[in-house]
Amino acid sequence: MQFVFLMEQVVNGLVLGGYYLLIALGLSLIFSVGGIVNLSHGAFYALGAYISLEIARHLGFAGGAILSPVVVGCLGIAFERFILRRFYRADPILSLLVTFGLAMVGEQLIRIIWGAAPIPVSMPQAMKGPVMVGDFLFSRYRLFLLGVVVIALVAIWSLLNRTSFGRVVRAGIQQPDMVAALGIRLQPYMTAVIVLGVGLAALSGALFAPITIVHPAMGAEILTVAFVVVIIGGLGSFWGVILAALLVGVVRGVTIHFYPAAGAASMYVLMFAVLMFRPRGLLGERIEKFE
Amino acid sequence: MTDSKARTGGISRRTALKVGAGGLAAGSMLSMPALVHAQAEAIRIGHLTPMTGFLGSLGEWAVKGIQLAAEEINAAGGVMGRQLVVSSEDSINPDTAATKAQRMLERDGNAFLMGEISSASALAISQVAERNKRLFLALGPRSDTLRGKSCNRYMFCTDIPNTVMVNAVGSALLRDGMVEGKKFVTLTADYVFGHDLLRAAKYFFDANGATLVQDDLVATDVTDFSPYLLKIRQAQPDVVCLNLAGNQVTNFVKQYAEYGLPFPTVGFNLNTADAWAAGEGNLTGTWPTPWYHTLDNPDSRAFVERFQAKYGEVPENHAWIEYIALKIAAQAMEETQSTDSEKLVDYLESGAKFNILKDREAYFRKWDHQLIQEAYPFSVKAAGEAKDRFDIMALGQSVPGKDQDLEVIFPTAEQNPCSL
Repeated sequence: MQFVFLMEQVVNGLVLGGYYLLIALGLSLIFSVGGIVNLSHGAFYALGAYISLEIARHLGFAGGAILSPVVVGCLGIAFERFILRRFYRADPILSLLVTFGLAMVGEQLIRIIWGAAPIPVSMPQAMKGPVMVGDFLFSRYRLFLLGVVVIALVAIWSLLNRTSFGRVVRAGIQQPDMVAALGIRLQPYMTAVIVLGVGLAALSGALFAPITIVHPAMGAEILTVAFVVVIIGGLGSFWGVILAALLVGVVRGVTIHFYPAAGAASMYVLMFAVLMFRPRGLLGERIEKFE
Repeated sequence: MTDSKARTGGISRRTALKVGAGGLAAGSMLSMPALVHAQAEAIRIGHLTPMTGFLGSLGEWAVKGIQLAAEEINAAGGVMGRQLVVSSEDSINPDTAATKAQRMLERDGNAFLMGEISSASALAISQVAERNKRLFLALGPRSDTLRGKSCNRYMFCTDIPNTVMVNAVGSALLRDGMVEGKKFVTLTADYVFGHDLLRAAKYFFDANGATLVQDDLVATDVTDFSPYLLKIRQAQPDVVCLNLAGNQVTNFVKQYAEYGLPFPTVGFNLNTADAWAAGEGNLTGTWPTPWYHTLDNPDSRAFVERFQAKYGEVPENHAWIEYIALKIAAQAMEETQSTDSEKLVDYLESGAKFNILKDREAYFRKWDHQLIQEAYPFSVKAAGEAKDRFDIMALGQSVPGKDQDLEVIFPTAEQNPCSL
């Protein structure tokens, strides 16, 4: 029985990994194209949650979850156009500072608009409750969430690897000057990828709102986990992030099974262990800018 | 400090600057001497409370409550004819809280300190207060340790301690036959408050024939409870018992509803803001509370009305406790005609009675400095019974009963190792 319980934690950890993946992927995407470590990613996540609740008042849960990333994505255009664009080739410390400042502005903005008190959110009644698959218990809502994550992953992978859009973006990451010499303006592509990253953060916010507390500091809370995942996976690596998210989910679940008090610390220990042996993360490439 | 104006009672620096600038512009300096005079005379009180982190949402209520009390006291002529100035700051964590407490006493000219919700930060502040021989009214923390092993002459605790929270819920559980011979699992916040609450819970289980089959510690920054929920299901308990704090409560309650586990829940700690944040239909079970805005007595109703008039929302229990605590402090200063901590401590120890908006008056117990008062168990109203999203609790009878001594639910001298 003990083994079945442990396996249940492993499987739940994989599902949980999907949950971390959604937020970490956007962060990794923005890093891989712009070389910018976006510390304001959490603020977009929180905004996504709050805006989805506003929209859901009129259009229901689905309306909120679909439209909120679109709205936040539009904010992302302004974010890229007026802020990030100035920092692509600058010292990374500058973009860290500016996005950190933006994160604080975002959190206070939420406080001003929606107040400091947490906003109560319930999920649609139909999604509440457990699903039994064999001996394993799942939350119906999280299975739905997992489905969304898989769709998002496949879509993004196809976009980057199977379309002309993706070819330009990938070429732009490796050889921006060569792309420019070929007469392709990279700017709109950069904007599009940033919007995609920010939109993913907002989508995570909208989808996590029914299962975690919705309050102004929620972005700062999730950002730590997202960073741990991205760093373990290797900055900018698509498959690295996926591998790391699943690993973090499983390690956390198994740790809590045996020693619950260490549950929160386990992912940091994992990060430490990975960085000891692979400073660039599991599947990360060497990044000249940071060396 | 993003909105120091909102966090400061009386005249804030910004207001003073505006008034000063306005006076200058008008070419009239008449308002300035009056202002300077009033500030020189004011009684300053340092107020620390968490405004960020897992207790941050409770701290916002604390600030609102103490601010309302300060306004009312000042509008009625202040204390000994002097205005009260309460400066609120984010205590952040125990280290920062201690540093700020020292600065508030040493440099900012505060007469004494009030506030705090985190038991760990309160412990740090109380040590600073003791070193400086200044009064510290610990308003929100519930750890028994603060009133026990770590008690000191200068600290007084106004909230209900963990043992009483356990006893309040325990009385309701015993009545419903949910204790004897039952299997419990607990989830406990992994810091001084939670450990303390777990100790009180274990004492209660042992005394009443329940067995604790699993107790898991949960770090304060945990937001995902799914692995813990699986462990609960694997343990197949009769009752799930929660010793969680702040945002943990909200997150757990939401996810417990998400997973739809069948076991009844009880909580030995709850702040109503955490319950309000949970969302419709998510909270179930029996919980304790030191006060609730639907409490049916005239003083409490009047307070709720005044609070609503000012803030447009009903007060949470931290708003209530900060409100009555400043009134207690004002009463002490007025009665002793002093802001001297030694005199205030002697007064608070004297058994003086305070109106804390409950049916019975409260007093500080001389030998462990805790405010002896009633508590309430409550159950969650069924869907459709609540008038609005704040009206979710059906308050039970106050504990102890009307004919019982107030101290019966508090730890006895044998149980509490406090020596002052």
